[in-house]
Amino acid sequence: MLLIACPWCGPRPEMEFRHAGEAHLARPADPAAVSDAAWAAYLYERSNPRGEHAERWRHLHGCGRFFNARRHTLTDRISATYKPGEAP
Amino acid sequence: MRLPSGGRIDRSKPLRFTFDGRAFTGFAGDTLASALLANGVHLLGRSFKYHRPRGLLSAGAEEPNALVEIDRGPGRREPNTRATMVPLVEGLTARSQNRFPSLRFDLAALASLAAPLLPAGFYYKTFLGPGREAWHRRWEPLIRRMAGLGRAPEAPDPDRYAHRFAHCETLVIGAGRAGIAAALEAAEAGDRVILCDEQMEPGGRLLLSPGEVPGLAALRGNLRVTLLPRTTAFHYGLQNFVSLAEILDRPDGLRERLWQVRTARVVLATGALERPLPFRGNDRPGVMLADAARAYAARWAVLPGRQAVLLAAHDSGYEAAFALQDRGARIAAILDLRAAPPLAAAARARGIEVRAAHGIAATRGGLRVTGVLAAPLRPDGSPDAARATPIPCDLVLMAGGWTPNLALFSQARGRLRWDEAADAFLPGEVAEALTCAGACAAGRGPGHPIAAIAAGALTARRAFVDPQNDVTTRDIALAVQEGFRSIEHVKRYTTTGMATDQGKVGGMLGLATAAAASGRTVPETGHTTFRPPYTPLSFGTLAGRHRGPLFDPIRTAPSHGWAEAHGAVFEPVGQWQRARAYPRAGEALHAAVARECLAVRQKAGLLDASTLGKIEIVGPDAAEFLERCYVNAVHSLRPGRCRYALLLREDGFLFDDGVLARLAEDRFHLTTTTGGAARVLHLLEDYAQTEFPALRVFLTSTTEHWGVAALQGPAAREMLAPLVRGCELAALPHMTVAEAEVMGIPARLFRVSFTGELGYEINLPADRLPELWEALIAAGATPYGTDAMHVLRAEKGYVIVGQETDGTVTPLDLGLGWVIGKAKRDFIGKRSLARAEMQRPDRRQLVGLAPLEGRAPEEGAQLLARPGAREAEGHVTSAYASAALGRPIALGLLARGRARHGETVLATRLDGPPQPLQIVPPVFWDPEGKRLHG
Repeated sequence: MLLIACPWCGPRPEMEFRHAGEAHLARPADPAAVSDAAWAAYLYERSNPRGEHAERWRHLHGCGRFFNARRHTLTDRISATYKPGEAP
Repeated sequence: MRLPSGGRIDRSKPLRFTFDGRAFTGFAGDTLASALLANGVHLLGRSFKYHRPRGLLSAGAEEPNALVEIDRGPGRREPNTRATMVPLVEGLTARSQNRFPSLRFDLAALASLAAPLLPAGFYYKTFLGPGREAWHRRWEPLIRRMAGLGRAPEAPDPDRYAHRFAHCETLVIGAGRAGIAAALEAAEAGDRVILCDEQMEPGGRLLLSPGEVPGLAALRGNLRVTLLPRTTAFHYGLQNFVSLAEILDRPDGLRERLWQVRTARVVLATGALERPLPFRGNDRPGVMLADAARAYAARWAVLPGRQAVLLAAHDSGYEAAFALQDRGARIAAILDLRAAPPLAAAARARGIEVRAAHGIAATRGGLRVTGVLAAPLRPDGSPDAARATPIPCDLVLMAGGWTPNLALFSQARGRLRWDEAADAFLPGEVAEALTCAGACAAGRGPGHPIAAIAAGALTARRAFVDPQNDVTTRDIALAVQEGFRSIEHVKRYTTTGMATDQGKVGGMLGLATAAAASGRTVPETGHTTFRPPYTPLSFGTLAGRHRGPLFDPIRTAPSHGWAEAHGAVFEPVGQWQRARAYPRAGEALHAAVARECLAVRQKAGLLDASTLGKIEIVGPDAAEFLERCYVNAVHSLRPGRCRYALLLREDGFLFDDGVLARLAEDRFHLTTTTGGAARVLHLLEDYAQTEFPALRVFLTSTTEHWGVAALQGPAAREMLAPLVRGCELAALPHMTVAEAEVMGIPARLFRVSFTGELGYEINLPADRLPELWEALIAAGATPYGTDAMHVLRAEKGYVIVGQETDGTVTPLDLGLGWVIGKAKRDFIGKRSLARAEMQRPDRRQLVGLAPLEGRAPEEGAQLLARPGAREAEGHVTSAYASAALGRPIALGLLARGRARHGETVLATRLDGPPQPLQIVPPVFWDPEGKRLHG
């Protein structure tokens, strides 16, 4: 079980958290102006890297906040957690 | 045979026990294995595939053969228990497994004679090609009768199991010499230390010497140290999160405890496992690991045999042989695979005959070994049977060298590196804060190389590598010959290493055999993956207290107690228990549902709708936030008004529905489906926090704050009115909300309906709802459950998210386009609805389906355009008997459905030919909505 450092609460066991997919996918400001292909990419295309991955977590059974984490997909080592809008 | 003195047993405490019904006596401190050996019982089980007779191979956790059933009374029958790990207690009842009709005479052992018919990959081969038929008719029934390991217990387990979390600086796994030293050192440095060991007595190989184990007393006296015997570290999780299974067997019924330990550092002191040696008949009872025989003599004062032959590839075998000789055994001969055994002179000085460069061509005997054929080795390392000479014996010791026990290191994602000098895989890089100490770090010195041992046994017959699964060197060689190269494939094809010992005994020999057969080196071949659990584990340990009513939280509605007292039938909805119906004494469920439906249509019914999800949305930007999320026009919703609200996912498909009520400019009361409450709040929080963080809005779950009584039916108003103060009910039109006092309790009064009748959903603080409930029942309301609720809403064509929808359905498909705010620039999913695919006229659309014959179709039935059609055009989503209409009704999704009203489709049936249905509009009851607005 991972030990995840919530940027607000500090390190907590993984079972308090919920994974929320890849991070830094901004919703287009004006979806109507986006092509079908670009919209499909926003909805479905993910980087799925072998290595460092920026992803979102929510401290569901804690402060309830969403935040970002950088996790290595091979080792599961989380090298950084940071608040939305911040740099890692 | 029990020796007259010595051992770590308490001879003042004799214990009686039985094995297969025969009575025996042992002593406190014995294991079941040592006590059986002391009584001369060597035959303890039968193997999995061939039912070959098997005895003890080891004295520890790796034991593959001596799996027995321990019976401690009803519900306490435990199969597949390793006799080496069971402490002897008074009255212990043990039975052998995998035998028919008896352990000594086993019919299925005839399969052993047919062994050439059951080669490697037997299962795969019979599944394919012409064997497939024979598989079903002949092999499967036969194998099902013979195979399987032990009998699963049938009665519920009456014992208790506990879970505990723990934190420490240093966790030491294994309490042998290295583990005790590491624990002492860490404790000296001020660490909180947990030291666990799988055996009933800590000490590891220090227990081979008499007397107190050095260092243990100091550990026991140290308050910072938690010493856990009979505790197996079975799982090594990320960031040093290690799971331990502690066996307690306490008289108060607490059997086992799961420890989940987060620790700063781990010291692995798991020692090394002795390797068996491959030769013909190496599985006969009486053939044993040399160090195990030594342990039986030293720890339990049991001589496993009077006349032993040692087959050695490592010097440690000599130590074992000498120790047994010192305790009175005769060592008939030492056969050493090596040309120049270093300890030969020492052995000869003890009067033991040593034959260098010799092996065993075969063993003799039936249910117990009676002798070996000692043979000089040919240049290829195989024993030359033609020059073999017999040596009588009742014990054969195998000293095949040592494999560092790195299963947990591997689980920690540590890399193993092959060390040529040590002739073993040793710990390499690991990312965790983990160190290895003692024999698991460095091995116990090289002997005859494992590669040479394997190469010499490739052509041997019945030389077992995995004794429990009956995998021989030849099976592995055959798998390689058939083209299997990856060791993981060889493992799965032959099942080597897949027995309950997980390859602890034969894993190394198996991969060396695969390497030799494929002409590769051991490191080129690599090793298989070590997976948790390290040793077999009871389900009870994992489940802990989470069984029966504590398996999952149970949520109950405020009227639950009343419903139970009045004979309600419940159904689970997520974690909620909801009343399905309230059948009267002697009333069938379907009759109760029909009665409840009619009561709502004719007078008034009462449903506990408290399980609906409720979210309070507050803030200056609450309306703007909801406007951006829900499909509805929210800004135009006036305080005191409600709207039927839809929430989509960004892909445009329906996610949830509910009622959105505006209480004030900056305050909304939103309901969700019962099952959708958590995921709707999660999704809304996501958008509030990450997409629209500038909006000032707060979301609060009020699901459990509000109890909801849904009073529905033409008499609802007159029943409710006498209880209400501060609100004129007649002035409250459909889809409005008012704050009022109901029975003197502050309430939110919704004029809404999920039945098509005049109705109210009265929201009270949940703990006050029972008062209102009983008052409305007294006023003549009929309680109705979820079954009636389903029928009533279907009569009205109201959809249920998850029943009419399946994640591929849009609001337009359901005919709910009117809910969408037309002038809206954006909402979640709007862009997806604009895709051409979402606008196609041939999408499946919600329709009503009226059976042309008497009965309702089956929910889930496929809809066909004509008899024999190969492709379905839709499916039935809901189907009920409608008491109000006096006929069955159904809803379905059908391609171009809205344009096909009046046509006929066929619904498939599981119990007969397809059934014709007429396509109709989905609203069966009061299509004009007169009753709703009444």
